[in-house]
Amino acid sequence: MTSIFGVPLPAILGQLMLGLVNGSFYALLSLGLAVIFGLLGVVNFAHGAFYMLGAFAAYVGLEFLGVNYWWALLLAPLAVGLLGILIERLFLRHLYQLDPLYGLLLTFGIALIAEGVMRGLFGASGKSYPVPKLLQGGVNLGFMMLPIYRAWVVAASIAVCATTWFLIERTRLGAVLRAATENARLVQAFGINVPLVVMTTYGAGVALAALAGVLAAPVVQVSPLMGSSLVIVVFAVVVIGGMGSILGAIVSGLVLGLIEGLTKVVYPEASNIVVFVIMAVVLMWRPTGLFGRD
Amino acid sequence: MLKTTATVCCTLLGLCSAMPAGAAGGQVVIGDIDDLSGVYADAAGQGAIEAANMAIADFGGTVLGKKIVLLSVDHQNKPDIGATKFREWADQNGLNMLLGGSNTGVSIAMAKVAAAKKVPFIAIGAGGASLTGADCTAYTVHYAYDTTALGNGTASAIVKQGGKSWFFVTADYAFGTQLQEAAARVVTANGGKVVGAVRAPLGTTDYSSFLLQAQGSGAQVLGLANAGTDFSNSLKAAEEFGITKTMKPAALLAFISDIHSLTLQTAQGLYLTTGWYWDLNAETRAFAKRYFAKMNREPTMDQAAYYSATLQYLNAVKAVGSTDPDLIMAHLKSTKINDMFTKEGYVRADGLMVHTMYVMQVKTPAESKYPWDYYKVIKVMSGEEADGTQPDPSCSLLKK
Repeated sequence: MTSIFGVPLPAILGQLMLGLVNGSFYALLSLGLAVIFGLLGVVNFAHGAFYMLGAFAAYVGLEFLGVNYWWALLLAPLAVGLLGILIERLFLRHLYQLDPLYGLLLTFGIALIAEGVMRGLFGASGKSYPVPKLLQGGVNLGFMMLPIYRAWVVAASIAVCATTWFLIERTRLGAVLRAATENARLVQAFGINVPLVVMTTYGAGVALAALAGVLAAPVVQVSPLMGSSLVIVVFAVVVIGGMGSILGAIVSGLVLGLIEGLTKVVYPEASNIVVFVIMAVVLMWRPTGLFGRD
Repeated sequence: MLKTTATVCCTLLGLCSAMPAGAAGGQVVIGDIDDLSGVYADAAGQGAIEAANMAIADFGGTVLGKKIVLLSVDHQNKPDIGATKFREWADQNGLNMLLGGSNTGVSIAMAKVAAAKKVPFIAIGAGGASLTGADCTAYTVHYAYDTTALGNGTASAIVKQGGKSWFFVTADYAFGTQLQEAAARVVTANGGKVVGAVRAPLGTTDYSSFLLQAQGSGAQVLGLANAGTDFSNSLKAAEEFGITKTMKPAALLAFISDIHSLTLQTAQGLYLTTGWYWDLNAETRAFAKRYFAKMNREPTMDQAAYYSATLQYLNAVKAVGSTDPDLIMAHLKSTKINDMFTKEGYVRADGLMVHTMYVMQVKTPAESKYPWDYYKVIKVMSGEEADGTQPDPSCSLLKK
């Protein structure tokens, strides 16, 4: 059997494949964070909580309202996005003039409240969400069995990332968004309702997190803590990519997923810190991140 | 931009803390330090506090004419928080006995405080057998189950059915490694072999990589030496990747709350070992019914053990007529335990409460006739069968 550094090739290929799946989640989550930070300057610590709420929204939809997975993909992000808009209107709006630290503390508080409420309602061990019928089963790739659902996650997440990137970097709408963050007053003078733009952007970033949550629901236990364990890694991903950089978030999400996958073959115990080691190295070498602007 | 990056990094480093306590004087103070918010909060958590309160109420609310008070706090799975809070209660709140919840790491830290402060510590949610071995103290009682019993139950049942080669996915801390050791010992003693193991960090959400390694090993049995959401997530992924088709999963520690949240569809056929099940007999069902009325779910073995331990402690206080820790410990170690939790249980010299354990198999959805009808009994193990006839020789109490 072919092997690299004493690790059989099929094992490496398998782990790379899984790394890609995880990387897709990282990319999708860090994308939402990057959009929010890049356009609003808010460090959204509640991102993990919105991801968790997205998954719970899908669960509640299926269990109590008869909303199937495909509708949940649309409705859960919409519902959680609206909640995000409400939070922006009621709380975040008042903090834009202040140091970003205040936004961070506020969103962290919101995350704790959301987790506490869901723990009260559903318990700490969470709930199971079934894989939708159409995506059950797996394909044998020769080196591993790839569940169809995971392949779908990769495809969906790359499609969403690409669309978001295109919207922000290549369309007129994106140009308005970017202009509004550069100089809100000037854009307002052109007759564009900047507060509305900012509010919608936050809602959209939150909806992206909720979408990741719906995608994750069938593969991990839907539990109140599912977001808090992920959000720390995702923040590291965003820091590595360069805070606010859309492309940086997508690329570093995928690449770090792959690196983490490889670490799991070589030295599994380090798999949950490798991202942070890379973060430390990147910060020393390029303090604004790989894709960040000085 | 840079400043914000720095702020985020600092925030990543340290978060969270604290809660208030109660008072002392003319009271018997029982404390509970447990995971109230994390991965183990469903196994004991708030339900365990409720169970302890039920025991206090059943006892009449007073002992030796003193009011019984229950304090509780969340240890957040951090040994330093557990130990500090225990010390604080012992020094300032007149703590008479501590009930300790999940997480072996935290319980080991708290056992050291128990020895230093001479406050009886009844460890319930924690599994690590070292609590009555290398980490034993004169004031520790290990009550509900331990890793040795879990290994002797689940692992031996599976090896005897032909599951000879094992691969472990282990939670990377004291509990996981002790559980893996206990199970591996049983596997090899019964003619099986361990072909590999991988240690996954506590709180891992994605187990697919570890499971792929397990599958690559060609072992027959997938030993899950973890608990709580770690267990649920690893089992779910094993099913998703088709690994349960080629390997037989073994739950080395699963609570009924885990099975409930996984649903029978996913968990069916699983072997597990437990010290208590709500549907064992009339007495367990009667307790479960009262508990259900308050919590709207069936009690886990930990929650039942909290009730039993609280009651046994209060009985001891009444019997010796004082809360003197040495008299209490002597009484606990010389009196048989007979209640809804167990019959003829006894506390061994090393502090382990030896009692009947059950090897269970999770029912299929078709076999389950009513809500929470989840287990069928595969084997009843006597306390000696589960934990051996001799106290753990590595316990320093035995070396005189």
